[in-house]
Amino acid sequence: MTHSTHRRGFMAGAGALALATPSLAQGAAGRVVVIGGGFAGATVARAIKAMDARVAVTLVEPNATFTACPFSNEVIVGLRGIEAQQFGYDGVRKAGVEVIVDTASAVDAEACVVTLAGGARLAYDRLVIAPGVDIAWGALPGYTPEAAEIMPHAWKAGAQTLLLRAQLEAMEDGGVVVISAPANPYRCPPGPYERASLIAWYLKTRKPKSKLLLLDAKDAFSKQKLFQNAWKELYPNLEWVSLSSGGKVVSVDPAGLVLETEFGKHKANVANVIPPQRAGAIAAAAGVADRSGWCPMDPVTFESTLRKNIHVIGDAAIAGAMPKSAFAANAQAKACAAAIVALLNGRAPAEPLLLNTCYSVAAPEYGFSVAGVYRPAKGLLNEVAGSGGASPVDAPEATRALEARLANGWYNTITAEVFG
Amino acid sequence: MRFSALAALIAALAIPGFARAADAPAGALSCSGCHPGAAGVDTPAVRLVGLPATDIESAMRAYKSGARAATIMDRIAKGLGDDEIAAIAAWYASQPK
Repeated sequence: MTHSTHRRGFMAGAGALALATPSLAQGAAGRVVVIGGGFAGATVARAIKAMDARVAVTLVEPNATFTACPFSNEVIVGLRGIEAQQFGYDGVRKAGVEVIVDTASAVDAEACVVTLAGGARLAYDRLVIAPGVDIAWGALPGYTPEAAEIMPHAWKAGAQTLLLRAQLEAMEDGGVVVISAPANPYRCPPGPYERASLIAWYLKTRKPKSKLLLLDAKDAFSKQKLFQNAWKELYPNLEWVSLSSGGKVVSVDPAGLVLETEFGKHKANVANVIPPQRAGAIAAAAGVADRSGWCPMDPVTFESTLRKNIHVIGDAAIAGAMPKSAFAANAQAKACAAAIVALLNGRAPAEPLLLNTCYSVAAPEYGFSVAGVYRPAKGLLNEVAGSGGASPVDAPEATRALEARLANGWYNTITAEVFG
Repeated sequence: MRFSALAALIAALAIPGFARAADAPAGALSCSGCHPGAAGVDTPAVRLVGLPATDIESAMRAYKSGARAATIMDRIAKGLGDDEIAAIAAWYASQPK
């Protein structure tokens, strides 16, 4: 009842709801509600307005300021300020999107209504769910929201990023930093390894008697050869412990700063627990998450295979070969927008062609990438054979430096498009 | 009349540089993850908006064949068909600068 923008189908109460049913029949182009204002959600909202400005688009996001995860590893090691990660929604509003700062608490998929924590109800013709990830509390024994204040995950950028940075800064030289990396799938597959690299760089340059231990629940990971070459070359202070070497963390004890693996216990001075994750909570509440905790969707329309008229994009979605990256979220969002605009206008959606490019930096001026091209096949997004892949392992220093500059350029470009 | 003019204006601004987003061929809107639609973005990646279609197309074909040295575009170009490359090039060329 605190808002009064009834014109866009933003209502409180059942009486108002009745007025708002099929807007399509009234000559308007339809109403789209987007839940989540990250790289996926903010992009799809703007892209729908770019493709058909008659569509009323409402974006619901709990935070008035977005804090981006890509490059937040550089914030942790002091190479960058947190403000370089933060964006408001003025640009999204100027694109004609109504932005509501609130939390979506429920979705009635039959009535096509979203309920917000503040009590407002939003009717939609098409709903896009793009909440990103939530930490799967309970999946790692001992790791609770309270434990995360002692052993930060820093896997959602913001206060957690700054907490981990403060802990590293406060650690005495000679300390041990322990990072635990989860099993697949999770947000940003190469992220734990970029983080390990940059923390090893920080220790090497600021606290040279210190060590970094990377405990991993996997035997293989994204850009593995590139990272391992960089570690061999730059970071004798970094030790990676794979799954088969006993790297899987099975429980944590925040009081003692201890991480327990199948093979033993590791005491940390700073512990960064990157825990198991799942789609943002609203996905399960809306009935679009399956037993895995993630959201199956149609690779042409991005419509949930579990609920009609609800589309899922970004990290929450099961996107086949596409990784959970900001680039992928942005690319999926634009393809999803095209499908939604087609559906609202009674046209058949076209088959999308999607790209992903994901840069990592192992040290300042030392970057590399993985790229991919994806098409729908057999209900998933498959990588096109013969395309994509990682940077050459034997690339010269100049190429690593160029890829580091391209990484920065990518960040400037995508954030300008999504939030500018 | 006034409404459609306003709608067109909003559409032109909703993603900077992409006045004709509705007509984008498959794949074209993925490129702007790295290649900025708006002018003035600090990046080594070239802005494709308004470039001649033949320039974009010949560069992509050369990346695809390996004739042109690349850091990343060879890996991407190999996943695109020649007809898709031509359509993407023509669409970028048609965007007002």
